[in-house]
Amino acid sequence: MEDKIIKQISMFAENKPGRLANIASNFRKSGINIRAFTIAEAGDFGIIRMVVDRPDDAHEVLHNAGFTVSETNVLGIEMEDVPGGLGKIADVLGERNINIDYAYAFVTKTEKALLILRVNDIEGAILVLQGAGIKLIDMADIQQI
Amino acid sequence: MKEYWNPWIERMPVSELEKIQEKKLIDLVNYVYRHSDFYKKRFDEAGVKPGDIKSLEDLQKLPFTYKRDLRDTYPTGMFCVPNEQLVRFHVSSGTTGKPTVVGYTQNDIDVWTTSLARAMTSIGVGRGDIVQVGYGYGLFTGGLGAHYGAEEVGATVLPVSSGNTERQIELMQDLGSTVIACTPSYFLFMNEVANTTGISIKGETQLRVGIFGAEPWTEEMRRRIEEFTGIKAYDIYGTSELSGPLFTECMYQDGIHIWADQFLIEVIDPVTGEQLSDGERGELVITTLAKEALPLIRYRIGDITVINRGECKCGRTHPRIMRVLGRVDDMLIIRGINVFPGQIESVLMKIPQVGEHFMIVVDRINELDVMKVQIEMTDEAFSDKVNDIMALESKVSSSLKHVLNIAVKVELVEKGSLPRSMGKAKRVIDNRNL
Repeated sequence: MEDKIIKQISMFAENKPGRLANIASNFRKSGINIRAFTIAEAGDFGIIRMVVDRPDDAHEVLHNAGFTVSETNVLGIEMEDVPGGLGKIADVLGERNINIDYAYAFVTKTEKALLILRVNDIEGAILVLQGAGIKLIDMADIQQI
Repeated sequence: MKEYWNPWIERMPVSELEKIQEKKLIDLVNYVYRHSDFYKKRFDEAGVKPGDIKSLEDLQKLPFTYKRDLRDTYPTGMFCVPNEQLVRFHVSSGTTGKPTVVGYTQNDIDVWTTSLARAMTSIGVGRGDIVQVGYGYGLFTGGLGAHYGAEEVGATVLPVSSGNTERQIELMQDLGSTVIACTPSYFLFMNEVANTTGISIKGETQLRVGIFGAEPWTEEMRRRIEEFTGIKAYDIYGTSELSGPLFTECMYQDGIHIWADQFLIEVIDPVTGEQLSDGERGELVITTLAKEALPLIRYRIGDITVINRGECKCGRTHPRIMRVLGRVDDMLIIRGINVFPGQIESVLMKIPQVGEHFMIVVDRINELDVMKVQIEMTDEAFSDKVNDIMALESKVSSSLKHVLNIAVKVELVEKGSLPRSMGKAKRVIDNRNL
């Protein structure tokens, strides 16, 4: 089950010019690749969430650069490119009373749609999603896409 | 280890101390009237003659002196001795106006040193200690004051001055400093720098005592410093006009002992100038009983405090002032309500998720005062859910509102983004043009 958990990099950033450029240059120097990226903004601040190929290294690089950063456990789901794909996931989790804290999607080079989810019960979510035949990706998949 | 520097004077019955004060006060008013045109004029204007002062009760007949008097008579117009009798000058930073100059005779330096020797002994600092002085040396009185006091009690002084933080930590480790003297905000910064280089002040230095002052700080900040670094943190008090840092708390950390044979203190209502009873909060007024070059009569030092004349558990009979809440000058008036930065610090330090650095920003928007408090996000408090962060902001905001009675906007900023100070911390940005 552990291998289906993806380590997402989350960081606190003030809403001001130059913050993203600073992150990007730290990653470029360390050769870290960003696979997925989103910003949840709330007025004066934002929370940046990223899936990267080497999360432990990314955490260290950002921490040493003085950022407030954490690694958060999330799920990566390979979406079926058919109508109702998202609804099925939401239904399965909803039936088990598992709450989605947040979600965002991205498309890979191989034209697959991937959904990143943070839930309040990650192990329960893995069980019910796999039970419903939904494909979860792991860190090895993240490195290859 | 000595318990008292001068047990006879420090444990003298209050009635005998008051006799000393009375005699010295009477001598003082005669001395300043004869030796200073400034005081002669000030007394004459108030219709007071030296002969009117016969007892301590007559103190109230004397006119006040103010910081602005020192500025108006810049540089040496209030001095009572000719320059050739001076052994030293110090000059205040002038952050709140024109700089002020203070001068010392040899006896003034000796009295200052004795005051600190008593204070340092009362917190168990003496022979065998290595006192790292991180206050600035030079025109500021903090560095040299702590230096002379520490030498007097037989400690070894490490005169690092302020700044050069990595070096401070390296020397603290290599030489085994047991005492640090600097501003509390600078010590927090030192601790932060030590942590980022993987050094624990608690586990990897010999430090056991901190002597912190030159800026107001709170009981809650003391608890944090003691918890983080494993030292005992003591408050030190004094200003350049009085000579420099002079007084500290004793081991019991229950108020700062003011040596009654050298200084006469009262607390007044800052608006009416009336004396308040012991235990009432008001503005501290100090009369110097032993200074020669620049004696001050009923000097309005501007700090808000409470006097406690009860005997201390340490056995000292001299009165104590309780922790200085803030300066009259630092008080902010927000929509008609008085707010001291210390009240804000006190609220913030009770909330574990809030770090040690904060900034108060006041603006006037559409004729309305708006106060914002910026606090730094910490690694421990960070959650990647927006709701959690908003909840923290509103928790801090409602705690502040509960104490201050005004709405405060709380803004979380990135760690390390607020200014760090190596001297007196700046905690307020007032953008109103008042």
